[in-house]
Amino acid sequence: MIINHPLVGPRDAAEFTYLGDASLIDRPDWKNKNAPDVFHDYLYLRDNPAGLHRELWYHEQGDRSWLVVTRDTTTHEISKVELARDVAIARKRGK
Amino acid sequence: MRYSAWKVFWEGLTGNKGWTPQWREPEPKPEYDVIIVGGGGHGLATAYYLAKEHGITNVAVVEKGWIGGGNVGRNTTIVRSNYMLPGNEPFYELSMKLWENLEQDFNYNAMISQRGILNLSHSDPQHDAYARRGNAMQLVDAGAVLLGKEEVRKMCPFLDFDNARFPIRGGIWQPRGGTVRHDAVAWGYARGADSRGVDILQNCEVNGFILENGVCKGVETSRGTIRAKKVAVAVAGNSGKVMAKADMRLPIESHVLQAFVSEGLKPLIPGVITFGAGHFYVSQSDKGGLVFGGDIDGYNTYAQRGNLPVVEDVCEGGMALIPMIGRARLLRAWGGIMDMSMDGSPFITKTHIDGLHFNGGWCYGGFKATPASGFCYAHLLARGEPHEVATEYRLDRFRRGAMIDEKGQGAQPNLH
Repeated sequence: MIINHPLVGPRDAAEFTYLGDASLIDRPDWKNKNAPDVFHDYLYLRDNPAGLHRELWYHEQGDRSWLVVTRDTTTHEISKVELARDVAIARKRGK
Repeated sequence: MRYSAWKVFWEGLTGNKGWTPQWREPEPKPEYDVIIVGGGGHGLATAYYLAKEHGITNVAVVEKGWIGGGNVGRNTTIVRSNYMLPGNEPFYELSMKLWENLEQDFNYNAMISQRGILNLSHSDPQHDAYARRGNAMQLVDAGAVLLGKEEVRKMCPFLDFDNARFPIRGGIWQPRGGTVRHDAVAWGYARGADSRGVDILQNCEVNGFILENGVCKGVETSRGTIRAKKVAVAVAGNSGKVMAKADMRLPIESHVLQAFVSEGLKPLIPGVITFGAGHFYVSQSDKGGLVFGGDIDGYNTYAQRGNLPVVEDVCEGGMALIPMIGRARLLRAWGGIMDMSMDGSPFITKTHIDGLHFNGGWCYGGFKATPASGFCYAHLLARGEPHEVATEYRLDRFRRGAMIDEKGQGAQPNLH
């Protein structure tokens, strides 16, 4: 698989490590009343879709940026690559 | 279909025209006591033990394709019970005991070959960890022998003992481990279940569950609605897709594991050998091919094929361990979809929906578990409570902080 990195161009996926579903950006608030339940779901449960999947990749052997890659889990086709930072800011998760 | 030496002889003389199918192709009934979703090794074993151990024969196994066409048909056929943690080891040892008696039990040649499994260690700490694991195995009489370097050399003189980076320190050997003819396991269970009255419904895809007031009353399939008192899902690899039809999210990601087989060679590898420094394991099939594999690819996928970096990684592991295999040519490579769970351990459990049961999360170790998985799942379905060796395989173990994490990786499925 080739990941078209928004800053450094097309790179082999072997340069990256994989974390998982991009919903991991949306870390819940620890002050929630039902924080144990919310954190259980956040940490352990996954949608695991067959089809388009937004997921976090880390360019470990490269520029060390985190990316949100939109990839089809039935064909491995990558349709979109964003900087995770931009996604987090858009969701008001980062600075 | 029954077999005998006389029948083989007679059919040989008369052109093999008298063989009949091993199981029926029945039409679905409107209702069953139990519907098992998934005609793989685990589903068929469950049906077999439901009928044989519990006398429940009004059972259907529904399968979207043909039986045994998933991971039971695409694994590396290894059986072993060399686990360590209390939630796992008694279960896998029950599985090993069932394997040992399986051919007599279902009267079918599954080519069970207990040639032993050797896990190599490459450092003193790793050797100590294996000693500890061996002790845990001895607690359930699984049998474990800690070997020094020279004992390993006697057994496998062809290994790269003085590898500069990962010299071989020794290993742990489970003599009872080995390999099994995987397809025959599915067929033997299917024939045994069918002959006791279980309906095996192939080309019957489940499109949804019938949920009435929070209770599962059957399944909607491509061959019509089938009602049931209990529905039991055993579709590892596709668990996420199937359980989503009941609006369930699981502690599972689907990943692809690749496997490889070389051209046929003369007898070379005595049993199963695993590399302790990288991820590589190898055995030799009866046809002579070296059957080997390594890590999962490491990203979510439902495509039954992998990518080249892992092919390279596996072959590098092979070369580091057994340099001579570089002379063998690769014959075939394939991939299968694994339910990678959050702690690397499986589930045999009820769900929050009454009447709906779930069996999955087998990671890349489902084949060796096939008999015990079916045995314990049948126990759960028939009695309503888990079998004593499968009490820890519940979906709520993460909420309770009772994970069974053999590798100690945490909630990171692609690292287990």
